[in-house]
Amino acid sequence: MERKVTLAHGDGGELAHKLIQQIFISAFGNGHAARFDSAYLSLKSGEIAVTTDSFVVRPLFFPGGDIGKIAVSGTVNDLAVAGAIPLYLTAGFIIEEGFSLADLRKIVQSLAEEAGKAGVRVVAGDTKVVEKGGADGVYINTTGVGLQRAGSSVDPSRIEAGDDIVVSGTIGDHGIAILAARGELGLMTDLESDCASLNKMIAALIDGGCDVKMMRDPTRGGVATTLVEIAEDFGAVLEIEERTLPIRNEVKGACDILGFDPLYLANEGKVILVVSHADCPQALDILRRFPEGENTAVIGHVAGRGRGTGQLLLETPLGSKRRIHRLSGMMLPRIC
Amino acid sequence: MCVGVPAKVIEKKEYTALVDVMGTKMEVGILFVPEVEIGEYVIVHAGQGMSIIDQTFARQSISEWEKMARADVI
Amino acid sequence: MQTLFEPADPAVAIELAQKVIALADRCKEKFGAMPAFMEVCGSHTMALAKTGVKLILQGHVNLISGPGCPVCVTDQKQIDAMIEVAESDSRIVCTFGDMMRVPGSKRSLLSAKTEGRDVRIVYSPLDAVRIAEENPEKEVVFLGVGFETTVPVLAAAIQMAAHKNINNFSMWATTKLVQPVLRTLLSVKKVKINGFLLPGHVSIVLGEQAYRFLIDEFRMPGVISGFEPVEMLSAIYKLLKMVDEGRPEIINNYKSVVRAGGNKTAQKMMNEFFQPCDESWRGIGMISKSGLEIREKYSRFNAKEKFSIKIGEPKKTPCRCGDMICGLASPEECVLFGKACTPLHPVGPCMVSTEGSCAAHYAYMRKEG
Repeated sequence: MERKVTLAHGDGGELAHKLIQQIFISAFGNGHAARFDSAYLSLKSGEIAVTTDSFVVRPLFFPGGDIGKIAVSGTVNDLAVAGAIPLYLTAGFIIEEGFSLADLRKIVQSLAEEAGKAGVRVVAGDTKVVEKGGADGVYINTTGVGLQRAGSSVDPSRIEAGDDIVVSGTIGDHGIAILAARGELGLMTDLESDCASLNKMIAALIDGGCDVKMMRDPTRGGVATTLVEIAEDFGAVLEIEERTLPIRNEVKGACDILGFDPLYLANEGKVILVVSHADCPQALDILRRFPEGENTAVIGHVAGRGRGTGQLLLETPLGSKRRIHRLSGMMLPRIC
Repeated sequence: MCVGVPAKVIEKKEYTALVDVMGTKMEVGILFVPEVEIGEYVIVHAGQGMSIIDQTFARQSISEWEKMARADVI
Repeated sequence: MQTLFEPADPAVAIELAQKVIALADRCKEKFGAMPAFMEVCGSHTMALAKTGVKLILQGHVNLISGPGCPVCVTDQKQIDAMIEVAESDSRIVCTFGDMMRVPGSKRSLLSAKTEGRDVRIVYSPLDAVRIAEENPEKEVVFLGVGFETTVPVLAAAIQMAAHKNINNFSMWATTKLVQPVLRTLLSVKKVKINGFLLPGHVSIVLGEQAYRFLIDEFRMPGVISGFEPVEMLSAIYKLLKMVDEGRPEIINNYKSVVRAGGNKTAQKMMNEFFQPCDESWRGIGMISKSGLEIREKYSRFNAKEKFSIKIGEPKKTPCRCGDMICGLASPEECVLFGKACTPLHPVGPCMVSTEGSCAAHYAYMRKEG
């Protein structure tokens, strides 16, 4: 087999056939389904959940993961936080001409491995090859199909004053790990991306009977932007406390150097939950049993509901409360 | 005006040093603090160490502020 | 790490804040007006807003953001010129992240990058020299803004380029000096303040003696401060004490970092590569000898000499950034603030840099919207 992806790998001929057989089918194992133009899936009756997400990440391989892993966990988490049980994935690859086949194989295997861990099946796929310079290495789109969880209490309209706000671990790990992996700004850290599928942890929480009212995964824009969206979408006043935010020292250090705020850094393996105050201890207990949730912390509470447009407030260690807004534009390292 | 962070020197070469800011490391210049020693802290600005932190003064300042905060008179 | 500058007990900051409030209220009663201090440094503006110090002192101490954000005080014409520098396929323009979104007359460096220009963000100016080394077929230009803390680092970059004979590196320097602008604020702009919170990191280079003139010429107290809540609160406390007792002094409240005579090596580097020049400050105007330009001896590294860039006079906008950095207006008093001018679509530079007074106010103090 060739060592690099060529345009011929995308033309539907002999090479394309080989590429699909040797890299994709060998990893995903659905040889039978691949003989048809569509996959047939059996779903129990009920509402299905569908989500789609495209993954472009630089570098493609980073400490703690790669684009293949994140293409699974990102979509699986979108289903899981919506209260669905993730079941099936499709994966579409856009590959730049000249891309190393060995790297492609690694990415596909990583994707398959993460799908296995999350308990979802990759049932359909597609590859396209674009000319050199037409894409940056590999882009992946995944679409996820899930089934609504029966008896789930997730319903943001029930958010009320007194509910606790919980985050399932340290914040900003992914953002800084990626930045360091790019090597452009000279940061060196042992930090790993937190990217992980959270569906099993979330299932344990719901099956445990915890009164979870709302879940979101704080990816791009970070914890701050996600909480501002929750506050605005549901007209709630959310208050978080700065001193309770779980942040790794390395992340704090990197943020100090570059003038970043960890509240706005991306996470790829965290969930923010609004939980009834009574059920919060049990929720913490369940989440902390999972390696992805061992640093779970209560970071604040719902202070009110239905007053105006909703807002997010941060209580500083001095006791003053300042309003937090969405991330404006992109974060740029500052020296001045 | 000028963001500066305290960083601990963990390795030293002729013109540069490896510093650690709470676990994140970085190579910085020591052109302006050539006398810095391993284990000392420097204030880093735009990739250069600008000042060696005097830990005796740092401790003195903290105890002065504590007294200030807890004095009986305003 | 925090233990270097902060007491182990977080309650100290809260108690200190109470002391500051009590003393400020006493001063207000005694003099019939709320005491007003100007933080010269933009990083203080950010830290005061972010840590909540500004909010907790609201109504007791008036903290005014001064001219110490290098992006905010960079003349629009200079920014237009810098963007123009990027307008060539044969050049790579390197800059600090702060500069990317600053609007010139028509666009920003970020929009130039979007249009395909090679504009790169570096953390250190020395990285730009390295980029020049790796790209010998391109001209690499570093946009050098900054105050006295940054200038020695700019000098180090020129020194490295000179030492390695990297002739495709040059710098577009628009630097600013603290003393001349403070003098202008007090003597020409007549700002109404009771003292200065003096910049911690500029003082590393200058030393505490650099501020003697505040006492000698203006009887204006000043305290050099670090950036943690206790450091800023204790500095404000010391300012209030001097106001209360009518004994203006310059106090170094950042002794662990700032030496009396400053950093001599840094001063020497600055003098070797740069010489004083007249600089135009956005919103303030021309101030004689308030900036530094690259010495003739090193003019081969001076982008202003190397490239002929011609720029027309920028159009005027109702932006009040100039008044803002003189302490003559607050962000809310600008008709553009939060409406036509937001961090996403900044009109003036005070909204661009995260430490600009408008951006800090927008991010941390704004209550509506």
